Amino acid sequence: MGLLFDLLMPLMLAGIALYGMVRRVDVYDAVIHGAGDGLGVLYRIVPPLIALLTAVSMLRASGFLELCAQALAPVLDALGIPPETVALMLVRPVSGSAALGVGADILSTYGPDSTVGRTAAVMMGSTETTFYTIAVYFGAAQIKKTRYAIPAALCADLVGFLAAAFAVRLFF
Amino acid sequence: MAMSGLWVGMILVALLCGLCTGRGDAVAAAAVTGAADAVELCLSMAGILCLWMGVMEVMGRSGLSEKLSRLLRPLLRRLFPDFAEDQAVMNTVSANVSANLLGLGNAATPLGLEASRLMARKSPGVASDSLCMFVVCNTASIQLIPTTVASLRSAAGCATPFDILPATWLASTLSILAGVAAAKILARLWPR
Repeated sequence: MGLLFDLLMPLMLAGIALYGMVRRVDVYDAVIHGAGDGLGVLYRIVPPLIALLTAVSMLRASGFLELCAQALAPVLDALGIPPETVALMLVRPVSGSAALGVGADILSTYGPDSTVGRTAAVMMGSTETTFYTIAVYFGAAQIKKTRYAIPAALCADLVGFLAAAFAVRLFF
Repeated sequence: MAMSGLWVGMILVALLCGLCTGRGDAVAAAAVTGAADAVELCLSMAGILCLWMGVMEVMGRSGLSEKLSRLLRPLLRRLFPDFAEDQAVMNTVSANVSANLLGLGNAATPLGLEASRLMARKSPGVASDSLCMFVVCNTASIQLIPTTVASLRSAAGCATPFDILPATWLASTLSILAGVAAAKILARLWPR
């Protein structure tokens, strides 16, 4: 299992590159082009991350994040969710860059290979910025009555968080 | 404006809490280092993020998106029965879903907005069951390769940042199933 995980990245890289070659894609050009787009993504996330990582670092230093974790620990422990991820779960549906800031803080505080770090990473990878998406989509469609879209979407987020903790326990 | 409230709130809470717990000096130090940490983090994320954005571009150009959207068609017809016969809607929806799967965010969002506009024409102002289902599907993450998270882990010193993939796939699947089930159940309970 361990070796398979280690090789997952190079295997995917090789597989996708070969598939591209077979389909007569200029693979090198595509990689360079995509990597350039990646710089654009970074350019857009640096400013919000500067603002938000400052705020999150201050919250971490003040002891507030630990207090929240302690307060909610009985409930979260019973659900199998590491209480240290509480701040991430609170901001994830609201703001993508805030979640990135909180996630980065969790990974550097607890380590990327700890159970807390892995759970936080899986939570980020398996959920979206729910409220932002709903606002943009319904805004574009000029919908006033959103009916049950918000509760149903939040239900997906909640199950995503629970499943992230469960999946990390299952695989690691 | 919502973000302003969140940001100012975070800083005020940190200050108050730091003063109450006697960690004012630590909060002051964090206020100075946080911004530099953010820039450092972005730099250490940059390599792996850009590389995998490049890999996704290969997936996009090799026609994987079209193949995926053809594969997804039967499933999507069942999810959006009101539009199963509407070619324009089904084309846009399946292109949106396959762009989401491949993590092509720049392509997925405009397609998604177009699809929701087309769906809303049937019932202006009120979200139909199909439109609710579509939005719920877009608020769940179905990205096959979560590049941003992987590069965040690699920036934190992880040697195998992609080892969370199977766990992420499982969690994503359960999350979207829950969203679809919730939408189906609530559709029966909610008045139009």
